[in-house]
Amino acid sequence: MSERVAVRKTYKLFIGGKFPRSESGRSYIVQDSNVSLASRKDARDAVVAARAAVKGWAGAIAYNRGQILYRVAEMLEGRREQFVALDVPGAEVDAAVDRWVWYAGWSDKLSQVYGGANPVAGPYFNLSAPEPTGVVAVVAPEAPALLGLVSVIAPAIVGGNTVVVAASPAAPLAAVTLAEVLATSDLPGGVVNILTGRLPETVPALAAHMDVNAIDLTGVTDAELAAELEVKAAENLKRVLRPVAADHDWSADPGLGRMTALLETKTVWHPKGV
Amino acid sequence: MTATATSARSDLSELGRSETALRTFLHGLPGVDQVGAEQRAAQLGTRSIKTTAKAQAIDLAIRMVDLTTLEGADTPGKVRALAAKALRPDPADPSCPHVGAVCVYPLMVPYVAEVLRGSGVHLASVATAFPSGQAPLEVKLADTRAAVEAGADEIDMVINRGAFLAGRYSEVYDEIVATKQACGDAHLKVILETGELATYDNVRRASWLAMLAGGDFIKTSTGKVPVAATLPVTLVMLEAVRDFRAATGRQVGVKPAGGIKTTKDAIKYLVMVNETVGPDWLDPDWFRFGASSLLNDLLMQRTKLKTGVYAGPDYFTLD
Repeated sequence: MSERVAVRKTYKLFIGGKFPRSESGRSYIVQDSNVSLASRKDARDAVVAARAAVKGWAGAIAYNRGQILYRVAEMLEGRREQFVALDVPGAEVDAAVDRWVWYAGWSDKLSQVYGGANPVAGPYFNLSAPEPTGVVAVVAPEAPALLGLVSVIAPAIVGGNTVVVAASPAAPLAAVTLAEVLATSDLPGGVVNILTGRLPETVPALAAHMDVNAIDLTGVTDAELAAELEVKAAENLKRVLRPVAADHDWSADPGLGRMTALLETKTVWHPKGV
Repeated sequence: MTATATSARSDLSELGRSETALRTFLHGLPGVDQVGAEQRAAQLGTRSIKTTAKAQAIDLAIRMVDLTTLEGADTPGKVRALAAKALRPDPADPSCPHVGAVCVYPLMVPYVAEVLRGSGVHLASVATAFPSGQAPLEVKLADTRAAVEAGADEIDMVINRGAFLAGRYSEVYDEIVATKQACGDAHLKVILETGELATYDNVRRASWLAMLAGGDFIKTSTGKVPVAATLPVTLVMLEAVRDFRAATGRQVGVKPAGGIKTTKDAIKYLVMVNETVGPDWLDPDWFRFGASSLLNDLLMQRTKLKTGVYAGPDYFTLD
């Protein structure tokens, strides 16, 4: 009997809960694996998928979102060995799971901490509540491959946003494997979309896209590109998160800034005693 | 013209006089190769139309849109807003052409007519107990006359599918003839409701029946049943209008309606029109799209081509 030939995996994009190849048909090689090279049009399709998912995800009650995010953490834990096989240190996988759980817990607490009743000089109930911004484009940092990725995705989606993530060109395998985790954990399709490939090809299209509401430039290392992206983002007044310093410590306490930067406060005045 | 062609033409006009002749003719039409039609339509759908050709196609498609609202919840205000959008689809860009027509229920016609008067945008109204067509002929004709009197210059009628499927072809024929008369000068579009006709053979027969009875346009669907316009059905209808012109010299238009939502879909239809019946039909007088959300997608793609930046639905009116 002939010897068994192992099945090699093709790492594809993650758009709308599915794993399509790039519409351009191109791929590139990372760590001996074929990875899809996303085009501008894949970015466009991802935004369409993310926009379609906003209503359901932002409309889900916070408790439900939190449960789904906990489920993601469970699945992430279960795939630990797979990440280790991709040269992600075991300690980093653990830290990523912990980070995900930490953000999941914030889901039903955000509105208590960042919203509430405001005292006003008049016969009104005045209530503020944090609301999601909408579709967020995220440029993931190159390292740490998994912890960095989790640290930019989780805070964006916990408040009800949907994201289009441009994975780091040098470390896309962890991103696609994370997509497999997300696809098997009750997260509605389109809430997280992941593009692999060259940043200068996909990210400017996302920064200029009129249907994207915010952009997180964390993983952009080229200062010139970052400036160009900010200029493009200004066209429809996107919220912009600037790139982080090269020596950023991803294992430190992340604070609440990443979550709150992508939330908008809605305040309602309601007459009292009518 | 040869003697046989002349006699064929007079034969066709005689068909409506007898149920038997009509049945013999319609059942004598060659059957549609289902697999072939679907494959041909799918193949034409793979053509890649880019840059300047795409820009032309988008502008042509905008001119072909029958901007439609057929909801129970339509109000005078809503249809006026829609008519205003028909005149200036993209208020930010004066070079954007106006659409082909606005299509509404008969009660809404007067409000639209006020806005469209003298603009060159046609005003279509559905009639004849749309969408089911299950009403007495007198009611259908009164419906049609009322719409024309209110100012509609195009009437979208539904055929009596119950009679058609039961094989009572002359009943369907007579209804179309009577409706055409009631239309007067208004153009008559005949809705076949292909989603209820079950087979492509029936679509071909219904197309011929509608054309023989004097329809100026044949239209796929009401948009009120789950299966609306599809590429293969439109292909069968395009072949029918082509063959009808070859046989009689009269050109009939085609209007796919329902389920066409994206620019990509619209361009697939345009490619099919060009490949099946040729450029004679690539004109708003001979080909229309019955659609509502399609227009916004066309406008977004148009803006993308002009500015290089993907547009978002926040910047276009909802309808």
